Amino acid sequence: MSSLTMGNRFGRNTTVQSENNRPNSLTSGHRACQGCGEALAARCSLDAAYIETKGNIAVVNATGCLEVFSCAYPENSWNIPWVHSLFGNAAAVASGVAAAFKSQKKDIRVIAQGGDGGTTDIGMACLSGMFERNDDVLYICYDNEAYMNTGVQRSSATLTFARTATTLPNGQYMGNDIRTGKNVPEIAMAHGIPYVASASIGDIHDLEKKVKKAIHIKGAKYIQIHSPCPLGWGYPTENTIQLAKLAIKCGLYPLFEAENGVVVNSTAIDNIISVESYLKGQKRFAHLFGKNAQVNSWKVIQELANNHIRKYKLGEVVYE
Amino acid sequence: MNKPFATVLDPGTSLNNKTGSWRTIRPEYVHRLPPCNVTCPAGENIQQWLSLAQEGRFFEAWLEMIKDNPFPATMGRVCYHTCETTCNRVQFDGAVNINLIERSIGDIAISKNWKFSPPEKSSGKNVLIIGAGPSGLSAAYFLRKFGHNVTIYESHKLPGGMARYGVPKYRLPRHILDAEIQRIIDLGVNIKCNQKVDCLNDVKDKFDAVYLAVGASLASQTDIEISDDSKTVDAIDLFKNLEDYPDEVPNLGQKVLVYGGGNTAIDAARTALRLGAKSVKIIYRRTINNMPAHESEIQEALSEGVEIHCLRTISSIKGEKILLAKMNYDEETNNLFKTGETELVIADSVIFAIGQSVEDSIVKNTKGILISNKGVIEINKSMQTGVKGVFAGGDVIHGKRTVTHAIGYGKKAAKSIDAFLNGKEYEPNLKNEIANFKKLNTEYYKSDKRKEVCRLGELNFEEKDVSYSDEQIIQESNRCFSCGNCFHCDNCYAYCPDNAIIKHEDGTLEFNYDYCKGCGICAKECPCGSIRMVTDDIN
Repeated sequence: MSSLTMGNRFGRNTTVQSENNRPNSLTSGHRACQGCGEALAARCSLDAAYIETKGNIAVVNATGCLEVFSCAYPENSWNIPWVHSLFGNAAAVASGVAAAFKSQKKDIRVIAQGGDGGTTDIGMACLSGMFERNDDVLYICYDNEAYMNTGVQRSSATLTFARTATTLPNGQYMGNDIRTGKNVPEIAMAHGIPYVASASIGDIHDLEKKVKKAIHIKGAKYIQIHSPCPLGWGYPTENTIQLAKLAIKCGLYPLFEAENGVVVNSTAIDNIISVESYLKGQKRFAHLFGKNAQVNSWKVIQELANNHIRKYKLGEVVYE
Repeated sequence: MNKPFATVLDPGTSLNNKTGSWRTIRPEYVHRLPPCNVTCPAGENIQQWLSLAQEGRFFEAWLEMIKDNPFPATMGRVCYHTCETTCNRVQFDGAVNINLIERSIGDIAISKNWKFSPPEKSSGKNVLIIGAGPSGLSAAYFLRKFGHNVTIYESHKLPGGMARYGVPKYRLPRHILDAEIQRIIDLGVNIKCNQKVDCLNDVKDKFDAVYLAVGASLASQTDIEISDDSKTVDAIDLFKNLEDYPDEVPNLGQKVLVYGGGNTAIDAARTALRLGAKSVKIIYRRTINNMPAHESEIQEALSEGVEIHCLRTISSIKGEKILLAKMNYDEETNNLFKTGETELVIADSVIFAIGQSVEDSIVKNTKGILISNKGVIEINKSMQTGVKGVFAGGDVIHGKRTVTHAIGYGKKAAKSIDAFLNGKEYEPNLKNEIANFKKLNTEYYKSDKRKEVCRLGELNFEEKDVSYSDEQIIQESNRCFSCGNCFHCDNCYAYCPDNAIIKHEDGTLEFNYDYCKGCGICAKECPCGSIRMVTDDIN
């Protein structure tokens, strides 16, 4: 009927997630919040990699929500080989795991994964080292734009003006007004590694395609996946996918691929929407629209989206 | 205990942790009624047969159609498809062309000579149906399927009722109608034509039940002053003559007036053009927007060159001089009054199409059957008249007078009669909630324009062949949203962050309430609105 759905009766353009024999790398009983975008993103990515490699993957996890909710002692939700060490060293551990497999001449693909805190802040040094050495690891960052598991503190991936526990809006102070954060995909590209991509749980066809492609590439790979968080962002749990889609449609979260430091492909947006419709559904931006709000302060965020639209050629800028 | 330091528990899977206990609301799969099915006067399960047609399973689709309507090819031509008006796709990129798909599959059925399967049992009961119009034939079909013996008395030369004597050939070729009636005859229904029943009492005692479906075939009378040298004809008589005496082509002259605003008026005007009239004008008392005729019929008539003169009534007809009174109509108050101005037009003949009434002589002497002040038979909710075992439906009762409604009445009457013959009362099933546009998530549907066809052909009595090819049927039926009923898109299964949906081998889905945390993503991302969130029971 429609190939925009995850599956269909005709088997045309279906996703791994629609298969009744999908591996469920992350199984039920994990303690993620209701409507967790990260749990979904992790299962989608690892299932795709699992199918693509016929199960020959090993995963290294940084500290973060994903690690905490999936392995509360003595239970574990992982149906794949999985190891956790520290908050900041997932990339370094993964490099070691990849070297170990190489010395054993085993063709097992290594994935490192973490949240934006463990990637863009704490794990940055190890990650940069892994990129620079071009170690044969696919690093996946599940980007929910703050430290959620410790109580929603700002990270370097937090969006401008967002309210977090450490950036509470107060009078003239508009929340997270400390510039625009780190663009880690661009930092990865600056290392000239073979493959960098951004993806989102708002487009699972695209997400699976990118993981399936990346898992086969030799050398360092980086994929950043936008994963809305109902708790940290303040929205009803059922809206997780809707918000991910809105972030794509307004241009704030551009979907693109880069090879050897050059953008080779970006997903154009059919009907670009205003960032306002994305921001308004989230309590972390409520202060931008309340009665004490400074007029049009959210336009700063619109400008960020417009920059992405121009930079990644997503379409024509509609909202100035 | 031989465990490392500080380790007291055995490792295990998180499947031991039943996160379903977190839940306060829970999702459940539901079937909601698609708007097309709701509005179909014949009660067809349109969505179901579209779903079968999507897979190219035309025979199964046809079997699904004939569960509710024995006339798919006829319906695909003459039905005014209210289903398409309420189709949720109207608010997206145009309704699914349900009518043309029905016609195309109906045509395949005729060309492949598909038959109805014979009744599975025999009840030994005898039912008399008076009138072999769409309603009578529909009732006969369902009653026969229920196992009863059915006899139909028909006053005309041929069966078909208004489908034959009220719908011109260019809209419904007779070989189509004949083929679909023949299927009902082949089922073992005994149709006796040229058999006019004058008094119900004479015949009813030989049968266990009677269905009155005599229709409304009398032309309504007017008090217009008409001189003897004027040439006037009732539309219904014109159609009947064309049908029963095809060799005698009536001469209506060059300039023809048609009086009325319904579908019959449009049919009469277009027929007049085909009989050689050079100028045909429809005279209607209200505005064009208030015409009871179907919009598409009006448009086709206008395209063929019919003129429509609104806000006028006929005052008198004297030979070829026809005096019109100009009218004023207030839509808000529904006030219609003469302005006092008049207009004289010249015409060779006038066709009246101002409504039809029930010939009530058949029931006049039957005690207990009531005729309302509108001249129709009064029935109760199970379609029974005041006389036990005598049911009525179609144009003889109060309601909309279309072929599709007649078929629907026939089906309902058959179910009531069947219940009556089994000593019960027919109880319709409870209806599910309607799947309106707000219940859908249309992001998952691709835009795909409706495949329109032009039904206008040459000005003769031949029908233009516009039926879809097999590929076109599949393509157009794939536009169906499947409103309110799961079409196995797997969104819920793929999006659940807790793997709390089980997908079985056959593709069916089931919630695993052991792990469902009740986030509601599945319901939100369901394209067709077949998941509902409900408050969870606390036990």
